Amino acid sequence: MSAKKIVEPIVKGQFTYRDLPIGAMIPIPATSLEYKTGVWRTRQPKIDYGRCIKCLLCWVFCPDAAIKRLDDDSVKVDYEYCKGCGVCETVCPVKAISMEEV
Amino acid sequence: MARQAQERIAIMGDEAVALAVKQSNVDVIAAYPITPQTIIVERLSEYVANGELDAAFIQAESEHSALSICVGASLAGARVFTSTASQGLALMHEIVYATSSMRVPMVMAIANRSLNAPLNIHCEHGDVMPERDSGWVHLFATNVQEAYDLTFIAFKLSEHSDVQLPVSVNLDAFILTHSVEPLTPISDDDASRFLPPRQPLYSIDFDNPATFGTMALPDTYMEFKYQLKEAAERAGQVYPKVAEEYARISGRRYWYFNSYMADDADAIVLVLGSTYGTLKAAARRLRESGLKVGVIGLTMFRPFPENQLVELLKNAKSLIVMDRAYSYGGLGGPLYMETLAMLYRNGLRVPAMNVVYGLGGRDFRLDEAESVLKMALDGARRGRFDEHVIWWGVRA
Amino acid sequence: MSSQAIFYKTPKDLPREEWFASGHRLCAGCGAGIAARLVFKAIRGPTVVVNPTGCVEVSTSCYPYTAWKIPYVHVAFENAAAVASGIVEAMKILNKKRGKKLHDVIVFAGDGGTFDIGFQALSGALERGHNMLYICYDNEAYMNTGIQRSGATPIGAATTTSPAGKVIPGKQERKKDLIAIAVAHRIPYAATASISHPLDLVNKVRKALEIEGPKVLHVLAPCVPGWRYPPAETVRIARLAVETRYFPVYEVEYGRVRINIKVKEPKPLEEFLKMQGRFSHLLRPENAHVLEALKKAVEENWERLVKLEESGVTL
Ligand SMILES: Cc1ncc(C[n+]2csc(CCOP(=O)(O)OP(=O)(O)O)c2C)c(N)n1
Ligand code: SF4
Ligand code: SF4
Ligand code: SF4
Ligand SMILES: [Mg+2]
Repeated sequence: MSAKKIVEPIVKGQFTYRDLPIGAMIPIPATSLEYKTGVWRTRQPKIDYGRCIKCLLCWVFCPDAAIKRLDDDSVKVDYEYCKGCGVCETVCPVKAISMEEV
Repeated sequence: MARQAQERIAIMGDEAVALAVKQSNVDVIAAYPITPQTIIVERLSEYVANGELDAAFIQAESEHSALSICVGASLAGARVFTSTASQGLALMHEIVYATSSMRVPMVMAIANRSLNAPLNIHCEHGDVMPERDSGWVHLFATNVQEAYDLTFIAFKLSEHSDVQLPVSVNLDAFILTHSVEPLTPISDDDASRFLPPRQPLYSIDFDNPATFGTMALPDTYMEFKYQLKEAAERAGQVYPKVAEEYARISGRRYWYFNSYMADDADAIVLVLGSTYGTLKAAARRLRESGLKVGVIGLTMFRPFPENQLVELLKNAKSLIVMDRAYSYGGLGGPLYMETLAMLYRNGLRVPAMNVVYGLGGRDFRLDEAESVLKMALDGARRGRFDEHVIWWGVRA
Repeated sequence: MSSQAIFYKTPKDLPREEWFASGHRLCAGCGAGIAARLVFKAIRGPTVVVNPTGCVEVSTSCYPYTAWKIPYVHVAFENAAAVASGIVEAMKILNKKRGKKLHDVIVFAGDGGTFDIGFQALSGALERGHNMLYICYDNEAYMNTGIQRSGATPIGAATTTSPAGKVIPGKQERKKDLIAIAVAHRIPYAATASISHPLDLVNKVRKALEIEGPKVLHVLAPCVPGWRYPPAETVRIARLAVETRYFPVYEVEYGRVRINIKVKEPKPLEEFLKMQGRFSHLLRPENAHVLEALKKAVEENWERLVKLEESGVTL
């Protein structure tokens, strides 16, 4: 079962009680990935890769797991989910992140 | 399946329930003591302490936690039992609803006792009635043997894939919990065949991680509640099948109710719990003198066995519904109100009256049972009752 | 962490796996969200989380959206420790009887669900000794219902039920000492941590999981609307809480106190307070006495911990 299969009928309002899992449980993990919190954002972080020292602190502190840690430990903002809180900007020790208007 | 002959023993209601739980392959028991349920949990803790029962026994620090522990344990896949009464059940109330709505199977024995205030430890059904609308299946025993048998049936029904609901087994405070009656137990082997270790439909499992107990917004909430409604009604359809299976190993056949000569009776008295026995004895006497009275003792109160009751009541000329509980400011006792609704929507015009009796354990003797039956006969003769509700024996 | 092995030395050691996924609905900059992400990075195998009603619950398990990649259970507000007790004991007996896989059981509860309404269930679970890790994410009020005071709200703080009034300027009572109460149950491990010090936090989670029996971890998790500050400041405020000694970071292992972050020269408490709207009234002259009371509570608590650590007494 995919997250889409669980989420879509609800979003579209196309389901009956028979289609819902028992007892309001969600039988699979992380269906929230279908909920794109990026639309909440009014400002957004931009990473200056020239400055970034790959310390990973922005990755550590992002409340939304919206900073991706890549294989080489470089970081990348996931704008699908980034809510624009600016925590990453304040924790970056070398000011490699700046918040911009969207 | 060959039934092994079992010896009759003499045993208290509480002990009989504990024995049934012990024979039911139970995994986790969590409870908090309250009179008159205490003997159930004391016996179970002894069984565990003596190695006769391989289960976790947890005495919680409150009934609220006891039921919460049971919810956690059942979600983890365990077969789970708890027991309470009165204030304890009231303290569980919030979680009673969570249990059924989250579709968590378990069995709870309720030693029906009045609800404070005034403080009183004796028999009344006023404790379970606030849980009437929760989606739990509620079964009532009329004697010790039934309390024992219904415990097995309750586990099987609760875990049935078409049901997945918690089930309560109600037994009257002291009248059943503490009186010694004859009991014919089933053998451990039969019990194990009837109730092999629980195989949950789903459970807490890291390899299949599910989220249990979600929040539902107005867009889905009603559909989840509709599922609960359907499941509760399905429990009524599954119940006779489970009871039939139990009859094959025990020789004892359970139905939605016990009835005594109700088929051709002019006047019928409907009741819950142990008073059925008293009324039956009184009815037998009256039948000997040719009076056409009948008695129905409801075994299954939730789901309400409407069709089966209507079938039995359709030719009656009068009906008295006896309630050992009351809805203050309402139209009567809960069983009476339910019955009125049933009669009305099935077009039965039988005159019906409510007798509220035995609150806080007030005695209801054989001669009083006879009087109530005669009152019902009088109603049948006259085609009506003068009152809707009477409080039996109250010094008014 | 002086006595035990350190599991995670640098941020690079933290697992990449996100057991707490994106797409949850916590506020932008939510401290509890940082706590949740970090805590569950430190799991060591099959784990189940029990989460009572509160911000994290409503934001992460609203049908059909779950942010959890591990099994998750919510039942009610006041019973997380009890639900967890049942899971722990069921896992144990089912493992013995039918070979069910054992799971670590972690409770992740708010301060309201811990200090107040869930207090009895927590005490019962600690006394019974179930093998679980109970984590309280502390945002110092009932945030989900609109920022009402809790037993964890500090003296002086304004909430919607302890407003900064003309006669009564904010909450008049001290914060409950959760760790002291937990330790009084003679549990093997209790500790505090702050989201501003992630390595300390994750190492404590992991260390606690290795210890058999009930463990309590009290994690400071600032709240944007509840504390009234710009969302970007969450981590900075949490760090100031530590650096001003407002929130001492320490652990109590088998009754022995160890202060993990020694704050030799504390910053003035005002630096922490002035960033937050909930304390703004404290900086006005007419409320100087409340500010004094808060400072006194903070200093007394720190000195008590230092004495306990230095004396080496077993609590
Ligand atoms: C028995 C009960 N009483 C009250 C509530 C309402 N309620 C839900 S969450 C909450 C506050 C939660 O506070 P806390 O535990 O600190 O978590 P937070 O929301 O701050 O994360 C309250 C009062 C409830 N759900 N159940
Ligand atoms: S702005 Fe906030 S949500 Fe967006 S990446 Fe930075 S820390 Fe994460
Ligand atoms: S915090 Fe700054 S320096 Fe560190 S990884 Fe992120 S962007 Fe790079
Ligand atoms: S109100 Fe506070 S605790 Fe709740 S989600 Fe928002 S920031 Fe987090
Ligand atoms: Mg809170």
